Amino acid sequence: MARRVMIKGNEAIAMGAIEAGCRYYFGYPITPQTDIPEYLSAAMPKVGGVFLQAESEVAAINMLLGAAATGARAMTSSSSPGISLKQEGISYLAGSQIPGVIVNMSRSGPGLGGIHPSQGDYFQSTRGGGHGDYRTLVLAPSTAQENYDLTMLAFDLADKYRNPVMVLGDALIGQIKEPVELKSYRKKPKEKPWALTGAKGRHGHILKSLFLADGELTDHNWMLAKKYKSMEKEVRYETYRADDAELLLVAFGSVGRILRTSVDILRDKGKAVGLLRPITLFPFPNKAVRQAADKAKVLMVMEMSTGQMVEDVKLAAECACPVDFYGRPPGSIPTPDELAKEAMKIWRKRGLK
Amino acid sequence: MSAKAKMKQVFDRPKSLKDVPYHYCPGCHHGVIHRLVAEQIDAFGLQESTLAAASVGCSVLMYDYFDVDVVESPHGRAPAVATGLKRARPDSFVFTYQGDGDLAAIGTAEIVHAANRGENITVVFVNNAVFGMTGGQMAPTTLEGQVTTTSPYGRSAATDGMAIRVCEMLSTLEGTAYAARVSVDNIKNLKKAKAALKRAFTYQTKGWGFSFVEFLSSCPTNWKMSAEEANARVGKEMADYFPLGVYKDVRAN
Amino acid sequence: MPQVKVISERCKGCGLCVLACPKNNLALGKDYNAQGYAYVTFNSDGKCTGCTFCAELCPDMALRVYKEEKA
Repeated sequence: MARRVMIKGNEAIAMGAIEAGCRYYFGYPITPQTDIPEYLSAAMPKVGGVFLQAESEVAAINMLLGAAATGARAMTSSSSPGISLKQEGISYLAGSQIPGVIVNMSRSGPGLGGIHPSQGDYFQSTRGGGHGDYRTLVLAPSTAQENYDLTMLAFDLADKYRNPVMVLGDALIGQIKEPVELKSYRKKPKEKPWALTGAKGRHGHILKSLFLADGELTDHNWMLAKKYKSMEKEVRYETYRADDAELLLVAFGSVGRILRTSVDILRDKGKAVGLLRPITLFPFPNKAVRQAADKAKVLMVMEMSTGQMVEDVKLAAECACPVDFYGRPPGSIPTPDELAKEAMKIWRKRGLK
Repeated sequence: MSAKAKMKQVFDRPKSLKDVPYHYCPGCHHGVIHRLVAEQIDAFGLQESTLAAASVGCSVLMYDYFDVDVVESPHGRAPAVATGLKRARPDSFVFTYQGDGDLAAIGTAEIVHAANRGENITVVFVNNAVFGMTGGQMAPTTLEGQVTTTSPYGRSAATDGMAIRVCEMLSTLEGTAYAARVSVDNIKNLKKAKAALKRAFTYQTKGWGFSFVEFLSSCPTNWKMSAEEANARVGKEMADYFPLGVYKDVRAN
Repeated sequence: MPQVKVISERCKGCGLCVLACPKNNLALGKDYNAQGYAYVTFNSDGKCTGCTFCAELCPDMALRVYKEEKA
């Protein structure tokens, strides 16, 4: 029987992880995601799992690497500066093909920044941010319900592709309290013949990312690239009143959530405005954006940053229509009215009727 | 009766070490230390239950030598990786194998906290007072006055501090159950090293807590010495500053 | 009497076994293996006791030791 509970966005992530069979969590306190380690410190022992508050975010990602190397479902969470610390570990997970879920409830930067919601970690999430030629699957929830659902999906994708997966939220989506419908996760765990389980009747398995022999690393990287290309089938996005939109707004996460109301405000004024909300930031919904660029007159990207996802939208649109941008770097959360006004500026500037 | 006596082999390669040549330099003690660890893995019957966390240094390729499950760790992070391995598979035997750059420089936080938590793992620490793999730079365990590629005028206490005595430092933590410093520069010391490793393995297999064995080791190439000279340095100069012995053995009678 | 076998291809000519042997049964030879090392040779003239000190201190497991089986 489905249950509806009134919980914090952060708690929804923790609950989704446990429901998906995650039994190993390694974390560290940092605002605005500390609810996640606090919740799991109580919940993990109850399900026979392990909660460990590590000495640093660096240690936490490496503990995840160890636990996941044995085939277990493991998670870590942090916020922007802590995610910066985890980049080396994430690169190693990708290179060694060890699955893991990393949750980033973004705060503002750069540097110590602040604790406001922000979308300034888009580049960090989709363009590395660690070293080497790798990709991380990135899921961007915009509600507490999506926190719950996408965290469960993150574990499935991590195991399916033997890759790190990032759940990218922000302070707003972490701290908000709203109803969440709890679900029962019934999927069978994926077999992991590569895992470190003790070399019984076989030679030892080696999980590594170092390949020194001539040509070996080249082959390894091409294999990884092929894997990342195959992730294109995991594209997820949502549209809202977009079919006949002349001005199509493009936004993810909390801005995508705020803009639903902005779209309604503008539709009430008779303006054909719609919304395309990417849910996977990698793989990016390139086809959907290209199709939208063919249909709409103008695309307008809105972000809580000085402009990061806008670059991917421009690339995907392939110049089929103009791509405008409004950014609000962190420090004050934009309201639906404010964003509707910005959309109208572009509506008028582009001569839309 | 003139039958020839039957010969029995009294020394052989341990089963858990692969029959491949080492890439280590002539006279490097890694080769001996690998063998001593593998001998204990065999003696305790752990080949099928060992999960090892390799580190970054000359021994980064240890997975090519130990025939057990191994995961590579980022530089310095092996104790954290080992924590993840052991927490996920508490019935496994988990060890790390780390050099002094890995453990005492970048990995200082990870080793201190794994020891402090009393993780039931075994850490094999190979201290040759220099960053070996990268060509002989100064390390936190480099001795005062020692010339390295980043201390060309000799390590200065005034600007670089003195070498860190890791074994002593870890012994101050409640979570450390067994800590010993050994060497393999002569047979007497090698026998004590075997005993220390056996004791460390006993600690883990009996669930008695965190065990740590520091091996003073030679690095002929980066010390710019012959294998013999480097071997002698371990026994004299190194052992003078880093005294051999058992520093903590909480279950000792 | 006890014997030491040298696996010449594994020897790196480091000389630690020469140091270790209490009876001076080992010496670096004049022949080279495929790696270019002058490998060690064993010549005991009956003095070898099978103590295995040489093999224990060899970093490359290039030595094997054999003793007579007691009747």
